[in-house]
Amino acid sequence: MIERPETAVPSIAQRNLEGYVGFANLPNQVYRKSVKRGFEFTLMVVGESGLGKSTLINSLFLTDLYSKDYPGPSQRIKKTVQVEQSKVLIKEGGVQLTLTIVDTPGFGDAVDNSNCWQPVINYIDSKCEDFLNAESRVNRRSMPDNRVHCCLYFIAPSGHGLKPLDIEFMKRLHDKVNVIPLIAKADTLTPEECQLFKKQIMKEIQEHKIKIYEFPDTEDDEDNKLIRKIKEKMPLAVVGSNVVIEVNGKKVRGRQYPWGVAEVENGEHCDFTVLRNMLIRTHMQNLKDVTNNVHYENYRSKKLAAVTCNGVDNSKAKGQLTKSPLAQMEEERRDHVMKMKKMEAEMEQVFEMKVKEKRQKLKDSEAELERRHEQMKRNLEAQYKELEEKRRVFEAEKVNWEAQQKILEQQKLDASKTMEKNKKKGKIF
Amino acid sequence: MVTHGCLPVSLHVLACNVSSGIPELSGSSSDVAMLKSVELNKEGVSHRNPLSAAASPLAACSSPLPALLGPHSVHTSTALSSGGGCSLGPLPQTTAHRSAMAATDVDVFSNEEKRSLSLGGHVGFDSLPDQLVSKSVTQGFCFNILCVGETGIGKSTLMNTLFNTMFENEEASHYQNGVYLRPRTYDLQESNVHLKLTIVDTVGFGDQINKEDSYKPIVDYIDTQFENYLQEELKIKRSLFNYHDTRIHICLYFIAPTGHSLKSLDLVTMKKLDSKVNIIPIIAKADTISKSELHKFKIKIMSELVSNGVQIYQFPTDDETVSEINASMNAHLPFAVVGSVEEVKVGNKTVRARQYPWGVVQVENESHCDFVKLREMLIRVNMEDLREQTHARHYELYRRCKLEEMGFKDTDPDSQPFSLQETYEAKRKEFLGDLQRKEEEMRQMFVNKVKETEAELKEKERELHDKFEQLKRMHQEEKRKVEEKRRDLEEEMNAFNRKKVATETLSLSQPLKKDKDKKN
Repeated sequence: MIERPETAVPSIAQRNLEGYVGFANLPNQVYRKSVKRGFEFTLMVVGESGLGKSTLINSLFLTDLYSKDYPGPSQRIKKTVQVEQSKVLIKEGGVQLTLTIVDTPGFGDAVDNSNCWQPVINYIDSKCEDFLNAESRVNRRSMPDNRVHCCLYFIAPSGHGLKPLDIEFMKRLHDKVNVIPLIAKADTLTPEECQLFKKQIMKEIQEHKIKIYEFPDTEDDEDNKLIRKIKEKMPLAVVGSNVVIEVNGKKVRGRQYPWGVAEVENGEHCDFTVLRNMLIRTHMQNLKDVTNNVHYENYRSKKLAAVTCNGVDNSKAKGQLTKSPLAQMEEERRDHVMKMKKMEAEMEQVFEMKVKEKRQKLKDSEAELERRHEQMKRNLEAQYKELEEKRRVFEAEKVNWEAQQKILEQQKLDASKTMEKNKKKGKIF
Repeated sequence: MVTHGCLPVSLHVLACNVSSGIPELSGSSSDVAMLKSVELNKEGVSHRNPLSAAASPLAACSSPLPALLGPHSVHTSTALSSGGGCSLGPLPQTTAHRSAMAATDVDVFSNEEKRSLSLGGHVGFDSLPDQLVSKSVTQGFCFNILCVGETGIGKSTLMNTLFNTMFENEEASHYQNGVYLRPRTYDLQESNVHLKLTIVDTVGFGDQINKEDSYKPIVDYIDTQFENYLQEELKIKRSLFNYHDTRIHICLYFIAPTGHSLKSLDLVTMKKLDSKVNIIPIIAKADTISKSELHKFKIKIMSELVSNGVQIYQFPTDDETVSEINASMNAHLPFAVVGSVEEVKVGNKTVRARQYPWGVVQVENESHCDFVKLREMLIRVNMEDLREQTHARHYELYRRCKLEEMGFKDTDPDSQPFSLQETYEAKRKEFLGDLQRKEEEMRQMFVNKVKETEAELKEKERELHDKFEQLKRMHQEEKRKVEEKRRDLEEEMNAFNRKKVATETLSLSQPLKKDKDKKN
């Protein structure tokens, strides 16, 4: 039994069951429900005209997706790059698959192919956007998954290496969709040439740091061996055919040449069976999962980050990506409230200080006033006293003098009186 | 000529849209127009703009036109039978109709667009369910059970019996003063399937004297789990695929085996829970009820639930493989269960049972109790459906209410659908405006305060100034008085001095006369 480590969730204990409970039936329940629901898959094929894309699709799904009645895009002459999709419903063994094939006629066909990848990118983004909008609605009903799950990129079998257009296209799309490069019309290469070509391509892919779809490792060693084998064969060299030819009594799909028949499903002739097994039989679900969990999430986080951090520089935005935009707004609100509180406190402080200053000044002025008032009062009192003193002295002097005068007056009076008397006496003599 | 009657509405719609890609043809419904359209359509399609979200599905529509030159009605019907290819019917005015379809365009198109094709051999996508299953098995499964019932009614024992293992449990006391929920998570494995099982127990349920608020902690817990999931789903950088889902998938409601009817606490609680979680009512300790009583009890319970509008979980009958068994089980609800972890020897087998003096109640005996039915339905048949219902119905309902509460809408008053970006931007603008307004308010308040205090201080200053002036005047007054007095005094002194001088000069001249007299 595989031990599950105790993770952040507290107390996950392991228990042994003592009898058959029955939840081992869960996978069957999942199986049942998935069959009932049906499956969807969107496959995009990109490559220059004439590389055999439509033929390969027909061969892959053993059906005439493109036929006389529904001619593929290659039958039409395009002036600009188009993106066209066809939806078909195919059933096998009780399993319903809604397959959408997205074709890009006109890709790489013009003389000036700058930006010929733009319609493709736009298409992929618009499907992701549709899904994002559907997922973000308040009323969510069924969310049809029209996102592109896989992009088969056809490389012309020049035998030399990748063309600049190939590199440019893959560089631009490798983080938006699962890119699986294929060597088209591989029956023009001998096995040795094919090996060299593949090596060259992989080298260039690594040089330019292009992330093509990688097969995930499984826990099963057997599967891992197979996966490693497939990885060595990348990019897969494929041949497609709409024609069934009889070879040694067997009916096979193949291409009839004067020198022999190149069989589509022969592993020694080309890697077609590898592609089909990988794409359809073993990794279809994984392609959908990677699209959902990696490419779509990238798109979504970029989109939402742009909405919430509009204007804010990236260095701040990094830490904010772990929240939903609403939670982020909440946090911003809290930050803002705190900032305001601080600002308020600061302003209060400054205000209080100024007020205190002013009051102090007033107090000082008042005290000063009091002091001066006191001083003046005392001054005045001193003056008064002085005045009083002077008056008293003066009065005293005056009284004195008046008294003196009075005495003199008296003396004079007496003198005059005696003279009178004397005068009277004088005569008698 | 095709008549309107035999064309389904959807083809109409399709026709509308084909025509909108062929501007020359809109509004015309004549044969000539049709013929024209046949040739034009080959290039008409290519002239379309490479990208517009709703326009691209029309690519495959181009082809069937050459074949339509024949009798229309015949071909149309065959087109219909082959899975609804493109065919032109009369082309009414379309643009308005088209724009009104908004986001449901794609659905309509894809239904019409889809051609059914037959395969020329074994392609191999019938392994898709297996791929899905193996992915799920690698990821592991997760299941959360909520047990609601009175203390001592047998919740823990039933869990032990259901999962054939001893989960650690202390017996709860009856003296809790509130209801609280106790979740415990266990890792179980059976063959290659890992199950992360969380059992949430309601401790103290039904023990209080006043049980009005007993349901609240339960509802809160369920809502919290939804909220956590919603928050994770709304994050900018999220990882939903390895998120530990704690939403409650099933609520087992334990009904006490009174034999009469549901208690009012039961009805109230179940009514509060039925829109939030899948409820399966269970009659606990069913070995205290006899068969006939049980039958009546079950009928009574179901009728009470129905008459009170409580929606319990119905086992799904839409999948043919299990519809029969589910339908028959639906009729046995509520399940009457007995739990036991003790083993008793019955005959030559050892089974889980309860030993009474009068007999042995065997847990896995279908005629003794419905335990096997419960296990069958809950675990072996419908576990996945329970998880799906929780996610697709209960969680969506919660999410919808929550988003509407927060002010999100799908369409604005002009019924234009909002894109997520617009909604977020609008919210953000509102939010920033709000913050700015708050800042303004604060500043304003502050400015007012400053003004007030300033006025106060100015007032005080003025008073002081007045006082100062007053005192100054007083002093001046006093000073003047003093000066006056001084002057008076000076004057008096001057007068006196003059008088004095005058008298002295007079007396000086007078004594001469006296002397003269004396001499005589």
